Formats: sequence, structure tokens, C-alpha cells
Amino acid sequence: MATRKKIENVTAMDRVKLARDPKRPHMMDFVSRICSDFEELHGDRLVNDDRGLICGFATIDDAKGALKVLMIGHHKGATVEENMEANFGMANPDGYRKAMRLAKLAEKFRLPIVTFVDTPGAYPGDTAEARGQAEAIAKSLEFFSLLKTPIVVVVTGEGGSGGALAIAVGDRILMLENAVYSVISPEGCAGILWRDGAQAPAAAEALKITAADLKRLGAIDEIVKEPAGGAQKSHAAVAASVKKAVVAALRELEGVPLDELVAKRYAKFRAMGNFY
Amino acid sequence: MGWFEKKAEKAKIPPAQALWQVCPRCRSYVAKDEWKANNCICPACGYHGRLGARARIAQLADEGTFAEVFREVSYSDHLDFHDATGPYKTKVDSTIAKTGETESVVMGTAEMGGVPVMLGVMDFSFMGGSLGTGTGERIARACEQAIAERRPLVICSASGGARMHEGILSLMQMAKTSAAVGRVKEAGLPYISVLTDPTTGGVSASFAMLGDINITEPKALIGFAGRRVIENTIHQKLPPDFQTAEYLKAHGFIDKIVERKDLKPFIVKMLRYFGFEGLRV
Repeated sequence: MATRKKIENVTAMDRVKLARDPKRPHMMDFVSRICSDFEELHGDRLVNDDRGLICGFATIDDAKGALKVLMIGHHKGATVEENMEANFGMANPDGYRKAMRLAKLAEKFRLPIVTFVDTPGAYPGDTAEARGQAEAIAKSLEFFSLLKTPIVVVVTGEGGSGGALAIAVGDRILMLENAVYSVISPEGCAGILWRDGAQAPAAAEALKITAADLKRLGAIDEIVKEPAGGAQKSHAAVAASVKKAVVAALRELEGVPLDELVAKRYAKFRAMGNFY
Repeated sequence: MGWFEKKAEKAKIPPAQALWQVCPRCRSYVAKDEWKANNCICPACGYHGRLGARARIAQLADEGTFAEVFREVSYSDHLDFHDATGPYKTKVDSTIAKTGETESVVMGTAEMGGVPVMLGVMDFSFMGGSLGTGTGERIARACEQAIAERRPLVICSASGGARMHEGILSLMQMAKTSAAVGRVKEAGLPYISVLTDPTTGGVSASFAMLGDINITEPKALIGFAGRRVIENTIHQKLPPDFQTAEYLKAHGFIDKIVERKDLKPFIVKMLRYFGFEGLRV
């Protein structure tokens, strides 16, 4: 396959590798650098406390004062033990149900929500199927589309299919420069359409999964720049950029009447892929 | 008859499966004519096989009431997508020529038991019933029309998931359709989802699982991730009933397993419970 036009000499597959770099800042790295307080809350009140998805109330300080929010994000973990416990950021149905439970609480007390998207996909395990992975994702999509509180989404690393989208229905969708967001992993797509997983770079190009592609396609609103070489070069610098973008989005949304906010959110996703 | 003769006899079965339908559940050989005459249901195990959209519409809509809408909404090749076998456009155009359909869901207004409804039926033979931008757009428009005209919504799904040839915007159809059916439900209208064989991936993880009533047919395959992906993840073989209609019902995600012949009466009965008596009871 012909390799397509390269953006700044970085291929789509290069960005996939950057997005998966274990040294890249993850949910808790952002939380610790952006928030002056973070109180994690646990459990879906049904069966479990999924560690692949972390939720908690947080305070973000800026020049105009303190912003109190609910943070929801995929958790990959920093150590091998944490990786295992968090399923490498692959959330279970219980994780999505925990997120909905706490998002309802955020709505009740008029707190906006910030989500951090960084997952290879929802956990594809037998227990996840038994507890209704499909239902949990479907319900999340419906739930967040109707929720009456502002939602700011940041795609920080891997935006892996439905498992990513389940916490990515919001009013402002931000994406880091080297993050990727796709309907299927390049390896998965190559395995099906090329019948050869090794053709992942070709699939990555064809699928159009980079932040610039998604901006052009109208699937995201804003690209957050990373330091030269990628976010892993300076957590402090990229966290500062994310904080600035998130705070600006929250300030912009805070005055919008809630009915108008939800109507606009519907219109935003309604317009995606309407070529007809 | 000795075992060697049996073997010789078996070898006579045409390999192209021109005459025989192999049941994907119990592996029985059923004559194609018999399979069709039995409404694509396996006479040996009761598996409810795949039905084309038009055949299902004929079974669900009151005679002569189905009026197709949004046929002009077809696919979009906004990525100019090419894979190892060639361009997406060529593939989907040949599917259109072969099936006579222009997208993976056929949508229309209809009456069921005299109740005016929006009826959508997916066709697995159209690109594996995949959820493309055209599919999502048809469903979203149907939801909006259902709300405007106070029609209950009935969608029969049959899909392998999102259509990767349409990239990120196919993923976004999951959000769009889920939001749209959510609005139908918020508007006080019933949404009845019929998950038929197979309903998996991005379709099971969006509008298909969101019915006020979720029903399915015997032995239908319903799930999120593929069997092989799961087996590779957990390093174990999965039991044969995994992700079947019966498994889903036992785990609490399906209201009822309904045989094909009973589908329409069941849906109409639910609509009556919800206060939709119909125009000519």
C-alpha cells in the first residue's frame, strides 16, 4: 500500500506507538498535576469496584478561583501490579456503571465532569460479557448524551473504540497531539481487512486516527499541543497545556443553560457523519 | 450399512453447499429448500437463522403498510478507504448491486396490529450489517420521525458491529444512535429492540441493547467482543452456549426469547400494554 502524506514526518503508526508509550502521562499523572485536591470514590453499588476506570471529585485552581469537578478516567497504572489490577486500562462493565453512578451525583450537585480517555478498548473477557459489557457501554452513551451538566472530554492516549467512547460523549472534545482515537486498533483492522496483523501501519494510515485527522472529520473540537518528542518528555508541560484547555472549556460551558447544553450536545453528535 | 459405506455417502454432499444449509449451531445438514420452507429455522435444534430485511419486514408489518423512508441515505466513503482487497467503494457498490439495498438498515413507517410504528430492520448480507454513517443517519432520522409522529420504535438488529471502512465516524454512530433512541424513550414512546442473529460489537454496545424491551430469537449470537478475542485474552476455551440468546437471558440482559412466529404478536401485545391500541383493532 502507498503510504499517504505524512504530517510533520510522523506516521500514524508512530503516533500509535507514542500514544501507547508507558512513560506517557496517564490519568493519575494529570490529576496530580492539574488538581489541588482529588478524592477517589469507589464501586458501582452492584458487584464491584473496577480499577480500569477511576472516578473522584477534584478541585482545579486557576486565577479565577477553584473549579470543583468530577474526574472520570481510564486507569492504566504505573507499576506492573497496578497494570494487572487495572487490566491495562481496559474497563469492565462495573467501571462504566461506577462512572454513571457518580456522574448522576455530579449532575445533582451541579458539578461539571472532566473525562480522560486512554484505553486499548473495553475489557474483552468472559466475566465482562457475563456482566453485560455491551449493555454498559450502550447505557453510558445514552446516559451521557442526556446528562444535564457540562462534560469536557480529553483523549490523552489511546482512544480504543467503544470502551473509549463510553466516557467520551461530551460538550467539548479535546485531544492530545499524539493521541489516537479509532473504531478499531490498527492491528485488529489489519488482521481482518488485510488478513495480516503486520499490515497495521497501512491500516493506521487508512483509518485516519490522528488528532489532525479527527479534527478535520469533525469528531473532536480542539488539539492540545505536546512538547517536542511527545508528552512523555515533560509531564509538567503537557499537564499545564491540558489544564489550560480544560479550564477554558469549563469556563465557556458554565454559563450555558442546561437544556441548551444538552440540546447542543445532541446536535454535535447528530451532525457527525451526516453527509446526506 | 458399514462405516466405510457411510463415509462414501457423506463424501457425495456437494462441497459448495449449493443444496445444503449447515446449521451453524448444531452442524446438521438441512436441505436448502427445507431450510427456507421452515422460515430459516433449523428443524433439528431450533436455531433461528438469518433472515433478510425484506423477509422480516413482511413478517412484522401489517400487509401493505410498510413505506420505506430515507433510501437516499446511503454509504459515505469520506476516507477514500482502501484495504488489501481494494477500495471500499467498489466493495460496497457491488453489495448494493447484489442486494438491492442501499444501506445495512431498511427503515420505514408501518403498522403493526394497526399501530403506526417506525420499523427498522438490519440486513446482515449488507456489509455484515455493519454500522456505517448512513446506517446511523437512518436510525437517527427514524427516531426523530418517531417522536414527531408519536410512533413507537421497533428495530431489529443483525450486525457484526461498526463499519471500520468509515473510520472514526462509524464509531460516532454508536453515540449518535444511542442518543437518538434515548430521546425516543424520554419522549414517552416505547422502543422495542429485537436482537437477531448475530448482534455484536458496536451495535450490541449501542442502540440494540437500549430497548425498553429487549427481545431475541432462540440461539441467536449476541455479544460485545468476538469469541476468539476473548479466548485469546483469558487463555481458556469458552463453553458452547457463551453469548447465545439463552446465555444473555440467564444473565439478565434480555426480556424474553421469542420464536420467530410469535415475534409480531409479542411486539403488538407489548404495544397494547403501553397504551397503543391501534387504528383498527
